[in-house]
Amino acid sequence: MALVVALRKGLPNGLTISARFALSLKDPAVLVLFGPSGSGKTTLLRCVAGLERPDEGKILYGDEAWFDAERKIFSPPQQRRVGYLFQEYALFPHLTVEENIAYGLSSLPWREQHERVAEMTELLQLEALRHQRPTKLSGGERQRVALARALAPRPKLLLLDEPLSALDAPTRERLRGELRHLLKRLSIPTIVVTHDRTEALALGDQMAVLIRGQMRQVGPVPEVFSRPADVTVAEAVGMENVLPARVLSREHEIVTLDVGGRELIAVGGVSGSEVFACIRAEDVMVYKEAPRGVSARNRLVGRITELRSEGPVVRVSLDCGFPLTALVTHQAQEELALKEGDTLTAAIKAAAIHLIAR
Amino acid sequence: MDWRAFELSVRLALVTTLVLLIVGVPLAYWLSFSRWRLKFLVEAIVALPLVLPPTVLGFYILLAIGPHSPVGQLYETLAGQMLPFSFQGLLIASVLYSLPFAVQPLVSAFSSVDRKLIEASWALGVSQLKTFFRVILPLSMPGVITATVLSFAHTLGEFGVVLMVGGNIEGVTRTASIAIYDHVQALEYEAAGQTALVLVGISFVVLAITYGVQRRIWAIWPW
Repeated sequence: MALVVALRKGLPNGLTISARFALSLKDPAVLVLFGPSGSGKTTLLRCVAGLERPDEGKILYGDEAWFDAERKIFSPPQQRRVGYLFQEYALFPHLTVEENIAYGLSSLPWREQHERVAEMTELLQLEALRHQRPTKLSGGERQRVALARALAPRPKLLLLDEPLSALDAPTRERLRGELRHLLKRLSIPTIVVTHDRTEALALGDQMAVLIRGQMRQVGPVPEVFSRPADVTVAEAVGMENVLPARVLSREHEIVTLDVGGRELIAVGGVSGSEVFACIRAEDVMVYKEAPRGVSARNRLVGRITELRSEGPVVRVSLDCGFPLTALVTHQAQEELALKEGDTLTAAIKAAAIHLIAR
Repeated sequence: MDWRAFELSVRLALVTTLVLLIVGVPLAYWLSFSRWRLKFLVEAIVALPLVLPPTVLGFYILLAIGPHSPVGQLYETLAGQMLPFSFQGLLIASVLYSLPFAVQPLVSAFSSVDRKLIEASWALGVSQLKTFFRVILPLSMPGVITATVLSFAHTLGEFGVVLMVGGNIEGVTRTASIAIYDHVQALEYEAAGQTALVLVGISFVVLAITYGVQRRIWAIWPW
């Protein structure tokens, strides 16, 4: 059982979207649809919801065909039972919070509608706002109402279009964590559209990268970050090392991490014990011999597994007990005479390790 | 005072407004959301009464519903009377004459409803028809009020079309505006003045209430 999407759609502005991905339904995961703005992410999401009709291909939800160009099948959004969260939330301004949440429940008996609304207001902590109009609400409150409205009819698939982008930065920071916990708890197959790297890391299990309409890479989130399929993906994700880590201890802002059996020291406040340690490849320095008198807190010995030339720089893949990528210039590579199989010492400043809660 | 003429004018305006809402809402919905390439032709036809002289419109309506037309003959067989020079004939003429005054505010209201809200409703499993009644119509209430008031006021004040199609039969087709014309022709300036004043009063009150209630009327009144 999987959601299978393989489609092509031309847009009036000349962009052609061509995408192919699958999302398991048995073991519900969150797929992040990632890419720079204007890459066609929202249109792709609208195709899955049935709000746009692709030109070619198919969209299958398990054994239901939602769209099949060859068999001329197109089921309208009403029949797909998806929960769609619009970027600006699109709450009905003439209805109260409660009426908004109950909107998609009109086919249920009255008693059940009532129970479902109560359940949703509790889940998203909206009890106090039940009789308010959406115009009176803050951005964060609107987002919760929109989520409650989308979840109330028990959707088979949840589609979130930039769920946090309409919020101011501090609220976004706070709600990112809440949204992650909510998605974990709900365990509904979910697709999240975002252009924000942190959001992708925080929310996603799987990640699909869409650039200028083309789907370049699909895979587990840390893998896409650490092994981008090509240069354009690398540029888009901009964060080469995403390492699953466990917090061993915290002292003020200094966090000791366990990454693949090695200890790393990082700076930053983050809650929870499971985190991603994110390191940009240009922040990793490499030394041919073990350096002395270096300020960088983290020194790791590793073996070169791959050297790949990328324009003016060389991408150095190391195995330090976990995969680590560094970027060096061609001159540096020649000076140090780097070749595959060599042993190197990598140094990373504690402050260059960015922590994201999982 | 021409009370029978007023009674007729108001009755005609009320029934015309009712018919216009029933006909105008689906037509306006179609004009707002259809993607048909030749839609502009229908838009032009709906707007024609705005620019045509009432005599031209009245003339064609007279031909269309007269005893020699299929419509007129069918009506005569069914109802046992002619359409022209009757209240029913007047009603048909008024509906056509005031059509743009009902349809244009509705189209403008329906089209300004945020597309995202309509799609949100669809995604929540609500059909297109129910979405209309639960989202589009409630959010278009100012437009519906405008359409209602303009239809009523415009029908109340029509003259040329009524004269062409209805003639001047007291109690049947002589509306207030025609009564004024009659009085002036007969040099009864005082009676004409009274009737005219009442008509001004009614129109003013209706418009004032509407503006007061919503402070926003589409500026489509062409003269």
